[in-house]
Amino acid sequence: MSTQESRKERIDRGIKVRSDGLYALMSWRELSYLTLPRFIMIAGMLSLPFLMPDMYWQRVISIVCIYAILALSFDFLAHYVGLVSLGGAFFIGTGGYIAGILNSYFSIPPFLTVPLAAIIGGIFCTLMLLPCLPLKGVYFAIVTLMYPLFMARVIEAFDIFGGTDGLVGIDSFSSSFAEQYFVIGMVLIFLFGLRRFVTTDRGLIFTAIMDNDQAVKASGIDITRYKALAVFIASAMGCMAGACLTHIYMWSGISQFALDFSILPIAATVIGGAGTLVGPILGCLILVPVSELLRDFGTLRIVFYASILVGFILFKSGGIMEFGQRKYEQFERWTQI
Amino acid sequence: MTDPILKTNGLSKRFGGVKALKDVSFDVFPGDVLGIIGPNGSGKTTIVNCITGFIKPTSGKVFFRGKDITGRPPHKIADMGVTRTFQVMRPYYSLPAYKNLVIPLFSPRAKRTGGWRGGGNLGNRQTIAIDILEDIGFERDSYIPFKKTSTLPTGYLKRLELARCLALKPEIIICDEVFSGLSMSEIASMVPLIERLQDEGITIVMIEHRLRELFQVANRVMVLNFGEKLIEGTPLDVMANKKVKEAYFGSEEVEEVMTYA
Repeated sequence: MSTQESRKERIDRGIKVRSDGLYALMSWRELSYLTLPRFIMIAGMLSLPFLMPDMYWQRVISIVCIYAILALSFDFLAHYVGLVSLGGAFFIGTGGYIAGILNSYFSIPPFLTVPLAAIIGGIFCTLMLLPCLPLKGVYFAIVTLMYPLFMARVIEAFDIFGGTDGLVGIDSFSSSFAEQYFVIGMVLIFLFGLRRFVTTDRGLIFTAIMDNDQAVKASGIDITRYKALAVFIASAMGCMAGACLTHIYMWSGISQFALDFSILPIAATVIGGAGTLVGPILGCLILVPVSELLRDFGTLRIVFYASILVGFILFKSGGIMEFGQRKYEQFERWTQI
Repeated sequence: MTDPILKTNGLSKRFGGVKALKDVSFDVFPGDVLGIIGPNGSGKTTIVNCITGFIKPTSGKVFFRGKDITGRPPHKIADMGVTRTFQVMRPYYSLPAYKNLVIPLFSPRAKRTGGWRGGGNLGNRQTIAIDILEDIGFERDSYIPFKKTSTLPTGYLKRLELARCLALKPEIIICDEVFSGLSMSEIASMVPLIERLQDEGITIVMIEHRLRELFQVANRVMVLNFGEKLIEGTPLDVMANKKVKEAYFGSEEVEEVMTYA
């Protein structure tokens, strides 16, 4: 077939149309268009502990997953509820300290402290953020940024919970495999759970609040209640990640309120693709190992790190997921002229 | 005489030095279609905002069925059945049209009443939403209910505003300029809709600039000027009034309106 007789035709949403809804059941090929990316994602995540060469990199996986849970919660709050939260550090710190306190003061084992920290921490964070729920956009962001600084200073000033030394001698997970599979499992559960939740009709209320809160109020729905529910979901996820972090390092301290936990999830969301939920996880899978690889360069790594970010914002502002999805759904074929 | 369903008593609102509303009192009786007219900036939308709780009046009271609802939050007031549309339409642009109605069907009031024409228990929300849209003039077979809201023309968006109120099975609908921005034919199809809602027992308060159509449907009209109530009465009374002419119409248009009324 020579090029004079035919030309290449590109259909932009070819795969999407063929594998959307009921159409996916037409053939195994359509079905695999739909399921294969998800399968690769799950299988890839689950095989990570085997692929990593040594203890050090296995630990990096756990940290990636902790950041991934944080990034998921940021993406959910920012792009499905419309609350831009810089409270990642607040959630991690609160969850971390609750798990630490439960374990070292009451000697509750890790498999109980983690869920307990998620629930208690979620309630605590929601109560603390309740007064600022009417705030929007950058104003909400500023308040959430203030809380981790506030908490760290309170612990330092009153010298409670070990003061500046933190709580030491906390139990670790029973084995490194248990640790990694627990956090990986959590990432996958939260990812697919949230993706399902935001597309249900009840989940749409959150999107509606983001689109247009006045109309939701006029519909007789109490938006503060729904915003509080969303903050609870996001902060419980963050607190669970914090509790895991405490048990991984066998220590909880003031540095868990460090702003890295607020900033890196946002960077990961920018790189991965805002509002896609998978994107932020991919972003973390890239950013955290890169930052580990660049550790040899000392403070220079911030420069590399920043250049990656700037590059993405300039050239692929939609993020990897958006770009990747568009390419994946494109459909190319030769047609006769 | 029956008790008023909605009553305001000396409603005033100041925004800093601006007195947007000065001591406005009026009654709305069950089954009424009350028109509120007035030049730009006369406080029409402020009245709606005060009644539905979106802003708190500086002084004065709002009563619904004899109960004081002044300063209650908007969702509580909507929950009682006092619903409103917005002058600048506020649909959820990122959702398909029918999902716009699924949201209000999640409200406690819809759960109690079963939604528009619902008999007390709520069925499948998506079915009810599509039924409401069909009832209000979305062609069911045309896929328009399933289109993304941001692609719909203004006429449909205005209907969607009304549909959002209907999803709550309202007692009162306060329409903030539902005719504005519509073409003549769209308005012509909107008028019977308003009349039909009135027949179904919904009390309607209409804020409007399109006097010709308003005078067709309204049985009483209130005129506002600079936040003050100028006059209230039947459309014919209002049109004949000299103060209203001076404040609002300009003599030429009155004659034109008179011939249509």
